[in-house]
Amino acid sequence: MAKTTETAADPGVTQPAKAAKPLTMAAALNTAMRDALTEDSNVVIFGEDVGPLGGVFRITDGLTRDFGEDRVWDSPLAESGIIGTAIGMAMYGLRPIVEMQFDAFSYPAFEQIVSHVAKMRNRTRGRVSLPIVIRIPTSGGIGGVEHHSDSSEAYWTHTPGLTVVTPSNPADAYSMLREAIASDDPVIFLEPKSHYWMKEGTPQSGPALPMNKAAVVREGTDVTLLSYGPTVAVALKTAKLAEDEDLSVEVIDLRSLSPFDDETVGASVRKTSRAAVIHEAAQFGGYGAEVAARVTEREFYHLAAPILRITGADIPFPAPLLEKHYLPTPERILNALSTWEWEV
Amino acid sequence: MSLTEETRAPAVLPDAEAFSLIDAGGAAVPEKQRRGYDLPDIDVLKELYRRMVIARRWDTQVTALTRQGRLSTYPSARGQEASEIGTVAAMQDTDWLFPTYRDSIAVWSRGVPTAELLSGFRGDWHCGWDPNEHRTAPQATPLATQTLHAVGFATAAKLKNDPIATVAFIGDGATSEGDAHEGFNFAGVWQAPTVFVIQNNQYAISVPIAKQTRARMLADRAVGYGIPGYHVDGNDAAAVYTIVSEALERARSGGGPTIIECLTYRMEPHTNSDDPSRYRDAEDVAAWKDKDPIDRLEKYLTAQDAIDDALREEIAKESEDAAAAMRDAMNAEPALDPMELFEHVYNAPRPALLEQRNALKAELDEISDGGRVN
Repeated sequence: MAKTTETAADPGVTQPAKAAKPLTMAAALNTAMRDALTEDSNVVIFGEDVGPLGGVFRITDGLTRDFGEDRVWDSPLAESGIIGTAIGMAMYGLRPIVEMQFDAFSYPAFEQIVSHVAKMRNRTRGRVSLPIVIRIPTSGGIGGVEHHSDSSEAYWTHTPGLTVVTPSNPADAYSMLREAIASDDPVIFLEPKSHYWMKEGTPQSGPALPMNKAAVVREGTDVTLLSYGPTVAVALKTAKLAEDEDLSVEVIDLRSLSPFDDETVGASVRKTSRAAVIHEAAQFGGYGAEVAARVTEREFYHLAAPILRITGADIPFPAPLLEKHYLPTPERILNALSTWEWEV
Repeated sequence: MSLTEETRAPAVLPDAEAFSLIDAGGAAVPEKQRRGYDLPDIDVLKELYRRMVIARRWDTQVTALTRQGRLSTYPSARGQEASEIGTVAAMQDTDWLFPTYRDSIAVWSRGVPTAELLSGFRGDWHCGWDPNEHRTAPQATPLATQTLHAVGFATAAKLKNDPIATVAFIGDGATSEGDAHEGFNFAGVWQAPTVFVIQNNQYAISVPIAKQTRARMLADRAVGYGIPGYHVDGNDAAAVYTIVSEALERARSGGGPTIIECLTYRMEPHTNSDDPSRYRDAEDVAAWKDKDPIDRLEKYLTAQDAIDDALREEIAKESEDAAAAMRDAMNAEPALDPMELFEHVYNAPRPALLEQRNALKAELDEISDGGRVN
């Protein structure tokens, strides 16, 4: 039986061979899968419409054509079935990459992910690993109709056994997806769907930051904005606007939601003594609550003010014409920062 | 190779009458009712008998020890030996079994040592054996989820051209779960080499089959998925062995999946904490006792002069040895290492998890140093 522990890529070298011209995030993801399929015959891709169509977002465009239907194929339309069969394939020794078509469409697979994907290694005392990548186009900002704009990260980060990462730019999309495919742990890979066509942050040559590390994407001295996925761009815009108010904003792209990079975040907060976390998901019980509690526990005596959460409201994701009132904006973030008492 | 074939499967309903080769009285079913099948070789039947007798003794011992508190729970398979053992006996070593919590005797029959097998029910670890060593997945508790694992595994084998088949056990109640549907359907579409063995033991804890489906029988499901379906007397080991063997052979040689409904009965409560007197009649249980899978095979083999007292004694001794070994294994204190709780969650080590591990270590050290005891 073909039981393999071979990995798809060396996480140390994770930039695409040909990055001469700017890549969109969609193209970077496509290139990452293409390179993994080329390098490791155990990598397979399946899901809804990922075959000849190339997925509803075209992220798997051309892969069935170039690698054949026994490497990249359309599955029946059933998310629990997709994850459940990926588990069996991974037990056999394959490295499946599966796509949940939209964030909220991953919920039928919740049991397979939480009860099996996350637990298999632990329940078998480390004897069975599941090197599965679950790609989920996530969050709003594209005017999606109901059930097409959820941010589901807190469900996954609350589940021990899962690694949860989310890129915010094409370079990270490439290197993090390569590393996720090479990982022997199952990875929830959240792709900010509003960023699929962005070209800023295109892959450069040289080694990439490991996927479990946060990145300081803008240095500042007065406040740390903790952002990830689609809110990194919002945080950067906020930082720019804040210059007019003589506020020096440091922006961190968390990249890895689980594990959490305490080191990078802690160092920043000790420097600025103020932090706010920004996400699209609803606030109550959200990922920001964990970040605020965790950073407070560790850095309380360095903090000059309570950690703020600037997030979606505690309501279901709105209909497309109303989503602009829900999503965190630079103005809303700046307003929130102004509620702190600044003269200490 | 493509997983998907464009050709549509013909719609063929399974025979309504359960297929049987040896009747409840222990007589061979007349040749004209055997649908062209022969009885398995007498040596196969003797081996089925041997394994079923030992399995029942083993199962009885586990139930007894559970009542004494040595295990936290145990779902017995008493009465279902023909379905459990008949299926496993039909498998090759390289095939994989995807069992449920009910199927401990099947896992035992795959060669998993007792202490490892009962690790989960005793409570020292969720799955105690190495699935790769025994080609046996962990026992699934979330119902019907394992059908999809079996289909994925089998599909991977098919993609790699390995002649391996998988068996997924599933109960009658679990066929109501969405994952059962998805498992059957994915297997049909991908022509996965998977054999689904539905053990219809009549009850899902307390709820009878009539409250799970209005269909004539569960085997009828197969036609909707374009899969061959069989309705088998699940207390006839010869019939189970024959149909599962044929289905596995078909699966290994590219013929796709099969759904087999084994009609059987759970003689014991769901687990030790169940009370069947609240939902089923003693007469019902007695009627099924008359169809006992071991009694009927013993009668058949005796009539064939295939077993004598010497063999019975030999099997009885093996049974007692298996029960004693199991008792010894369960009476020995399990080796528990609280630090191991943190070891297997991730391949990649996590500093934050290490902090929690060290906190527990410090707690335990304080207790063993005679400090604060909670």
